Amino acid sequence: MGSTNSTLSKIPNVEELVQETGFTPAHIVRLYDRFEALDKEKTGHLRPQDFGAINRLAINPIGDRIIGAFFSPGQETVDFHSFVRILAHFRPADKKRPKDPSMPEPVNSRTSKLKFAFQLYDQDKDGKISRAELLQVLRSMLEMQVTEEQLESIADRTIQEADLDTDDAISFEEFRKSLEKVNIDHKMSIRFLR
Amino acid sequence: MGLFLDFNPFDNLLCILLGISFTVWFTLLLVFIIVPAIFGVSFGIRQLYMKTLLKIFEWATHRIERGAKDNNHLLYKPYSNAIIAKEPTSLEEEIKEIRRSGSNRDLDHASEFEMSDIFYFCRQGVESIMDDEVTKRFSAEELESWNLLTRSNYNFQHISLRLTVLWGLGVVIRYGFLLPLRVTLAFTGVGLLVVLTSIIGFLPNGRMKNFLSEQVHLMCYRICVRALTAIITYHDSENKPKNGGICVANHTSPIDVIILASDGCYAMVGQIHGGLMGVIQKSMVKACPHIWFERSEVKDRHLVAKRLSDHVEDKTKLPILIFPEGTCINNTSVMMFKKGSFEIGSTVYPVAIKYDPRFGDAFWNSSQFGMVNYLLRMMSSWAIVCSVWYLPPMTREEGEDAVQFANRVKAAIARQGGLVDLLWDGGLKRGKVKDTFKEEQQKLYSKIKLPVIGREV
Repeated sequence: MGSTNSTLSKIPNVEELVQETGFTPAHIVRLYDRFEALDKEKTGHLRPQDFGAINRLAINPIGDRIIGAFFSPGQETVDFHSFVRILAHFRPADKKRPKDPSMPEPVNSRTSKLKFAFQLYDQDKDGKISRAELLQVLRSMLEMQVTEEQLESIADRTIQEADLDTDDAISFEEFRKSLEKVNIDHKMSIRFLR
Repeated sequence: MGLFLDFNPFDNLLCILLGISFTVWFTLLLVFIIVPAIFGVSFGIRQLYMKTLLKIFEWATHRIERGAKDNNHLLYKPYSNAIIAKEPTSLEEEIKEIRRSGSNRDLDHASEFEMSDIFYFCRQGVESIMDDEVTKRFSAEELESWNLLTRSNYNFQHISLRLTVLWGLGVVIRYGFLLPLRVTLAFTGVGLLVVLTSIIGFLPNGRMKNFLSEQVHLMCYRICVRALTAIITYHDSENKPKNGGICVANHTSPIDVIILASDGCYAMVGQIHGGLMGVIQKSMVKACPHIWFERSEVKDRHLVAKRLSDHVEDKTKLPILIFPEGTCINNTSVMMFKKGSFEIGSTVYPVAIKYDPRFGDAFWNSSQFGMVNYLLRMMSSWAIVCSVWYLPPMTREEGEDAVQFANRVKAAIARQGGLVDLLWDGGLKRGKVKDTFKEEQQKLYSKIKLPVIGREV
């Protein structure tokens, strides 16, 4: 038991984080504790290996992709700010927030969540999910359980249904359209305590 | 020159005073601690000590809470360790639900792969990044009330003068009075153990030797228990392990051995170390047969199993004490038991040990502290309070293999001690998870789709 003020003072630019992500200071303190627990060598940054130590993540079929989402291209470490910004995608949407077109899209809006999910598929970041990329995801989710032909037929069928402009790839708009009836906010949100 | 003459009478006085205080000190020690240890009686001093401490801690916690409210600090109770509320739904339910809401096709095709399936895994993955069961187990448990040890309150702040004074007083008492006392006792206990067991080693094998060795072991362990100010409550002593059996217990710290061995006689199992430990081990084995392995023999599972079963078959030998988790866990849960000891086929006597964290955290985080550091921490805490439950003996049933038996025993121990029963391997503290677990996830996901795929092809 103790005061959180001492931890808060250790974190630089807390105000900025609160503004950007919508987390409360108490949440940020808790996330900082978690960050420190993962950062075993106390470098102030996390590397992919630190994420790899989380066992439930290691058995997740798309665990590697999720870890990859934390690191910007070319970067090998992620600092606390980036860590929190990525996790903020999973905050439940703020229903009361007025839709202000001049303000940047909040990080936990439906579109932002969809973009996050999209990038898990689109590993080369060219804005489209190609057939090969889709196959890769299917392979990691199903691996030993089905044959290559079965995987290919699933991939074909999926592209057929979602691909509206028949370029044999799924763009972000097509992705969004195919999921318009899914309650993204519910499925891609994590309930934070307190 | 005159100065020298002046010092002499003072010198004498000083010596006399020192002499007297040492004598008084040792007499007290002898009467109140060592003699009762020999005979196994207790004056109840430690129970009284415990009650007083609890009252003081309550007051201290109260002060912190009040102080924080006054200064408008944010206080969070880390006892509820979770950041997030996890939904305990299974993979199947989740996927069906996602599909049901999002499908713009008829139910015939409901079992095919959909783009939205990734959401489940994505969320699970991020949830585990924020909070996961296993990593929690390997760091010390955080406390709700403060026990005046800065090591358990990571955010100690100057809240009130009285509290700081109390804490300072606590430090003085613990390091100035309790620590030297305990260190003296520890040396006495260990020294006696080594000397007496070596002497007994010269006696011819027989009932007399066994009896004496038991008495000596018990006495020395009791002294060590007092050296740690361990206040132990034993429950259900009628289930105490008997000869020819194997005693298994959950493992939190090396002190577990002392706690159990001060109430009954066991044959220990372990690797031979060098240094002081080695000396103790070699002399112990002279008085009664313990099972010590050379480093090279530890790898050979068959050799280990053979020696254990040989020991167990000989009914005159003491029950074996084993900690199947293989490593120290932080005493909030029980991890996977290694099956080796359950393959031998003798009666297993499970024992649950639960420490009360209010007085001092007994968990040994071997990656954080070495053994000596750990022992010093233990000896400068207030006390070590724990409960030991002797559970009724269990044997392997027909058609049950060693792993199932091990899990059954583990569940019983977890239930009794109020600990969470976890499937994960204690070895995960150092290593990575096995690929078989990953395959399990994939199998489960594919089961939802395979019926349709079968029809397709």
